[in-house]
Amino acid sequence: MAGKTLYDKLWEQHVVSMDANGTALIYIDRQLVHEVTSPQAFEGLRIANRKPWRVSANAAVPDHNVPTTERSAGVESIEDPIARIQVQTLDNNAKEFGITEFKMNDIRQGIVHVVGPEQGLTLPGMTVVCGDSHTSTHGAMGALAFGIGTSEVEHVLATQCLLQKKMKNMRIRVEGKLQTGVGAKDVVLAIIGKIGTAGGTGYAIEFAGSVMRDMSVEGRMTVCNMAIEAGARAGMVAPDEKTIAYVQGRPFAPKGDIMTRAIAAWKELNSDDDAVFDAEVVLQGEEIEPQVSWGTSPELVIPVTGFVPDPEQETDAVRANSIRRALDYMGLKAGMAATDIPVDVVFIGSCTNSRIEDLRQAAAVVKGKKIASRIEMALVVPGSGLVKQQAEQEGLDVIFKDAGFEWREPGCSMCLAMNADRVPAGKHCASTSNRNFEGRQGAGGRTHLVSPAMAAAAAVAGHFVDVRTVMGGN
Amino acid sequence: MYHFTALTALVAPLDRANVDTDAIIPKQFLKSIKRSGFGPFAFDEWRYLDIGEPDMDCTHRPKNPDFSLNQPRYQGAKILLTRRNFGCGSSREHAPWALKDYGFDAVIAPSFADIFFNNSFKNGILPIVLSEEVIQQLFEEVDANEGYQLTIDLPSQSISTPSGQVIAFEVDAFRKHCLLNGLDDIGLTLQRAVEIKSYEDARKVSMPWMFNE
Ligand code: SF4
Repeated sequence: MAGKTLYDKLWEQHVVSMDANGTALIYIDRQLVHEVTSPQAFEGLRIANRKPWRVSANAAVPDHNVPTTERSAGVESIEDPIARIQVQTLDNNAKEFGITEFKMNDIRQGIVHVVGPEQGLTLPGMTVVCGDSHTSTHGAMGALAFGIGTSEVEHVLATQCLLQKKMKNMRIRVEGKLQTGVGAKDVVLAIIGKIGTAGGTGYAIEFAGSVMRDMSVEGRMTVCNMAIEAGARAGMVAPDEKTIAYVQGRPFAPKGDIMTRAIAAWKELNSDDDAVFDAEVVLQGEEIEPQVSWGTSPELVIPVTGFVPDPEQETDAVRANSIRRALDYMGLKAGMAATDIPVDVVFIGSCTNSRIEDLRQAAAVVKGKKIASRIEMALVVPGSGLVKQQAEQEGLDVIFKDAGFEWREPGCSMCLAMNADRVPAGKHCASTSNRNFEGRQGAGGRTHLVSPAMAAAAAVAGHFVDVRTVMGGN
Repeated sequence: MYHFTALTALVAPLDRANVDTDAIIPKQFLKSIKRSGFGPFAFDEWRYLDIGEPDMDCTHRPKNPDFSLNQPRYQGAKILLTRRNFGCGSSREHAPWALKDYGFDAVIAPSFADIFFNNSFKNGILPIVLSEEVIQQLFEEVDANEGYQLTIDLPSQSISTPSGQVIAFEVDAFRKHCLLNGLDDIGLTLQRAVEIKSYEDARKVSMPWMFNE
């Protein structure tokens, strides 16, 4: 009998029961809740007069709508009345149902996918869900983590379970080594460029290979975060010594004997040597260059040394059409060099790239330099209050501010522009976030997805540059 | 919970691949704490020439005449015909809420994003996957025939075209059962409370760290 994949093992450990046609009831260990996708779920519970099944399995944090400017007055600092009601509703629901919440002015507040691992709420071997597609991030811990809709949020609150069909197994191996200046973000953008935004649809992706083993846990979060941009609801990396070291000592992590037992169990969480995957993709680390997305879908990405594609040379009509629309929206010409794309706005933040290592990488590039005169806005938005505090202790805030960046309070911010942080129409933004859809960062805004180091280099140059050449002098 | 059995309705085309949830319902409308009222803002950025804000009265907003759903011949459509990877992007259930509130009961495409696909069933929208060739044929027929209608029959899992062609489609047995009977997922799961409890109790013993809170 063939061996099991990591996903097979995680799945089997969580099946409560399975019906004849393969629909399983699976147990959910952790649910994270934010203000945008939960109000209707709590309302549903109230209407049906139901209680949460296991209150302590849930944790809540507002992130999408919170302002990133001065906000010492808490919820009252939110100017937009509709957004304010939504955050207030989360506070009220958490209180009413007894759910732990990291409120706006709690130092532990931040983007839900940064806060979960940081607090030790996300552990290897868990099933983790949240009404948010980037829940795939938590798979970096060796968890089965995926986004769900609001009806399912309500279902998990009420039953601690979900009805699911098993996904197929895909393994993406990144072998060899990465070049200096190439990071986790470039790896995942290169993967999406290769398999497309629907390449992972129906699969759970395990990221493996020497590049993933060598990568830090935070880097793995960046890769798993964008599994959803490759169409896969879940991405994961087998836990190892790095994962265990990361978990140790976190506030909600196990301690003492129980931790010892947990570690023994986590060491079993990997794909057997003879496990069979339904699909396998291999990339060579040395071949991956810094990436820049040029279009309005994450798969429309090129190496920084590359050129914007020409729809006339595309044989698939649907794809040629997408390229044409994207060129038009982005205001770019077919065949132009990636390094000729101008940059007006820079955003360093989001659940993809707002952890301490991301900020360190960006700071290393801008240190002692100034942002270009054409840059109209350059934001650094730490992923959580604790990341912000750590960065300030290391003096990163000063480096950014000296260079001309604004140093903000934690939240989703310009990643989706639900709060006041927006890319103006027609402007090009070098962004460390994960989606470049039309209007994502503000109506008419033009998003280019890049790594923190590439965003920082673009801020200094006023257009995209190959960060490897900038770093050459160091 | 919603019922769905059979439907004969006008078809509207949306000839784009990778239609994402940000396009289906832009983020400014996600601030609502309600489930309803999203229909007038469905596809807001494509549908109107001005910028939409929550609570706006949409009746007098300038419409984009080039957007297919704005054409008079497609008013009242309940079936949306579109291209591959429909509903990609976020997990927001606001997307199917908006489509349902707009009036769509079924979406036909060559493929869907997973989370959107799931969310659709829970909101009484039947997502139907057909091959690229059949989708192409339907686009051509819709374009050529004003008032083009399809009949979707869930019990027999088939679609009938005006010319009498019958196209079969796949649907998961459990989801079909829930849609046909209008069953509430949570109620069904709670009938298995004893099973869940015993799984949980065993897990507390075998993996106590999962309950370390
Ligand atoms: S940072 Fe962006 S992608 Fe991440 S949860 Fe917030 S809005 Fe979603």
